[in-house]
Amino acid sequence: MNNEEQVTVAQQHQRLMWQCRRGMLELDILLQGFVERCYHDLSATEKLTFDRLLTYSDQDLLEYFFQQAQADDKDIANLVISIRNAITP
Amino acid sequence: MTLARRKFDTLVIGAGGGGLRAALQLAQADAKVAVVSKVFPTRSHTVAAQGGINAALANVLPDNWHWHMYDTIKGSDYLGDQDAIEYMCRAASNLVVELEHAGVPFSRLENGNIYQRPFGGQSQDFGGKQAARTCAAADRTGHAILHTLYQQNIRAKTHFFDEYFAIDLIKDEEGVILGALVMSIETGEPLLIEAKTTLLATGGAGQLFRTNTNAHINTGDGLAMALRAGIPLQDMEFFQFHPTGIAGKGMLISEAARGEGGYLTNKNGERFMERYAPNAKDLASRDVVSRAIFIEVQEGRGCGPSGDYVNLNINHLGEEVLNKRLPAICDSIRTFLRVDPAKDPVPIYPTAHYTMGGIPTNRQGQVVVPIEHGEEPIPGLYAVGECACVSVHGANRLGGNSLLDIVVFGRAAGNDIIGYLREHRYHRPINESDVEQAMAHLTRWDRKGDGISVAGLRGELQAIMEKYCGVFRTEEILQQGLEKVLEIEQRLDDVVLYDHSKIFNTARIEAFELENLVDIALATVKSALSRQESRGAHSRVDYPERDDKHWLKHSLFYKQDRRMAYKPVRLKPLTVDTFPPKERVY
Ligand SMILES: Cc1cc2nc3c(=O)[nH]c(=O)nc-3n(C[C@H](O)[C@H](O)[C@H](O)COP(=O)(O)OP(=O)(O)OC[C@H]3O[C@@H](n4cnc5c(N)ncnc54)[C@H](O)[C@@H]3O)c2cc1C
Repeated sequence: MNNEEQVTVAQQHQRLMWQCRRGMLELDILLQGFVERCYHDLSATEKLTFDRLLTYSDQDLLEYFFQQAQADDKDIANLVISIRNAITP
Repeated sequence: MTLARRKFDTLVIGAGGGGLRAALQLAQADAKVAVVSKVFPTRSHTVAAQGGINAALANVLPDNWHWHMYDTIKGSDYLGDQDAIEYMCRAASNLVVELEHAGVPFSRLENGNIYQRPFGGQSQDFGGKQAARTCAAADRTGHAILHTLYQQNIRAKTHFFDEYFAIDLIKDEEGVILGALVMSIETGEPLLIEAKTTLLATGGAGQLFRTNTNAHINTGDGLAMALRAGIPLQDMEFFQFHPTGIAGKGMLISEAARGEGGYLTNKNGERFMERYAPNAKDLASRDVVSRAIFIEVQEGRGCGPSGDYVNLNINHLGEEVLNKRLPAICDSIRTFLRVDPAKDPVPIYPTAHYTMGGIPTNRQGQVVVPIEHGEEPIPGLYAVGECACVSVHGANRLGGNSLLDIVVFGRAAGNDIIGYLREHRYHRPINESDVEQAMAHLTRWDRKGDGISVAGLRGELQAIMEKYCGVFRTEEILQQGLEKVLEIEQRLDDVVLYDHSKIFNTARIEAFELENLVDIALATVKSALSRQESRGAHSRVDYPERDDKHWLKHSLFYKQDRRMAYKPVRLKPLTVDTFPPKERVY
């Protein structure tokens, strides 16, 4: 990987981290923790799903994470489960 | 370097409910409005308010605004300004109906009226039976209000600067506020937004404390911007804490858990609340339970490997009862702690929740500072919402009153700004020297070399604030706290960034936030040390009583010489009789 590419990977990471700054502490912890620990292990398609997940409203995300509702989109629903499971106590 | 500039009639900093309500009022009056927000607007913290918004609609039980006013004043432990409180409670019903018309889907009763739920601190007939005053849109009231206001602003052509970070206010030699220096988070480029009026609506500062319920964005930036512009902060010693937050994470476990029969134990398995409150035990008031938890941990009886929390036991209630009565709480515990509350005890610790203090304003939202006799507005500067101190919450906020605060005073500020713009039609010139200080603040983070990390110092600050300025306050502890925060302030000079790139350099943003937190921490600990009484959320073990003779007054902290000043509480309402201070018993 050359220097320029490295910069973009780092920038991409920071952009994601900022987009995981949400209006609720629960989401901050779930999303930021996931990006820090697990995001780099995702496949390219999963990464795109994660990008899509970030466009959902905070309230919808909260309801998915706390199983009060389920996302219609199967990929999103699966990702929600992975994020929930990735929480370290 | 040539600095990019944009001009607007009004610059609103913050896109929560407070900022958006004000912006809407202005945009609908054809003012040219810019809203700057460090996160996408609908990710503002207002979205977290699930409980609801207070208004005496009397849809479920008898009610009127005058009772609501009484409850708010009593809740404030008589530190709230009675004119502002009357104004807010009178305006409440109209504003809720207006929100409904704008599209907020409030839950309904069978007869079609807005549903209202009972909350703590609400009474009928000036302290009589429980009232039901909180209007809710299911569990998504804050979300519904925020999204509705955002859509309306888009329609009214408000100009949004999403993911822009406000750094400092711009003030000229005569003390007029001329806008702010902001920075695009994406590109790292600074931008000078010139405005005839600037409104701060940046929300609370829960991130001051290690354990808190607030989103990570709540770093009190607007409060620190005001301090640096020479404006004092009011009543910063009053910070609302809840006794039962999830240890190490902060999320709230509501009182319902103890209401249903939950109890607290220390590492010896002792039900320690019996020692602190022999009658009420685990159901004693919030501050008593919070202090007891602090003492248990402090004296070495905390649980866990570091002994830094106590246990909440609800397992004896049984899985069925828990799932039925406390489903959300249990799910949160399972997710964040990996603890099954039906089997094991739950680690908890007091958690910081709401910033009662803030930028002093009058009921038009104008930022005001004391002069020899009375006070005067800072020309061109307004503040609303959790960053402002009107003061309607005084020493303690009632649940459901802050969503009300942001819409009532958001609208009021919008209206006052419209009048101001009519009288001030032209932008005042900005000189190089007016921008210098803000630019120096920005470039300070270009410094390279070795030093301490932002995250490390922020962690230290939060731990210090929790230990020395949290729920257990004495002269000695606060004095130590003050010294420690001053030491952190010194060490801030040694903080350097390792990443100097421009694009999405979030480390730089976090450095600005840390500076802001340090300024506010000083204001908080100094104000708490100075106030030698217990009132509302500020409870001093060495001065356990409220002392109206000496302390029925607002505190003001100035950054420049770390001076404290005081101003009287406005005890005279607009039209009704004063509620004179009485002992606060529930
Ligand atoms: C868990 C929780 C539950 C709550 N429930 C209720 C409830 O049921 N009822 C109730 O009445 N109250 C409740 N509250 C309190 C209430 O939510 C807040 O007091 C209120 O929403 C604050 O609104 P605001 O407009 O002042 O600020 P916020 O909504 O916090 O918005 C602040 C805005 O400022 C922006 N900003 C901040 N700093 C900068 C900067 N430097 N540059 C650019 N932009 C910046 C942010 O991006 C954001 O847009 C609750 C609070 C919490 C923590």
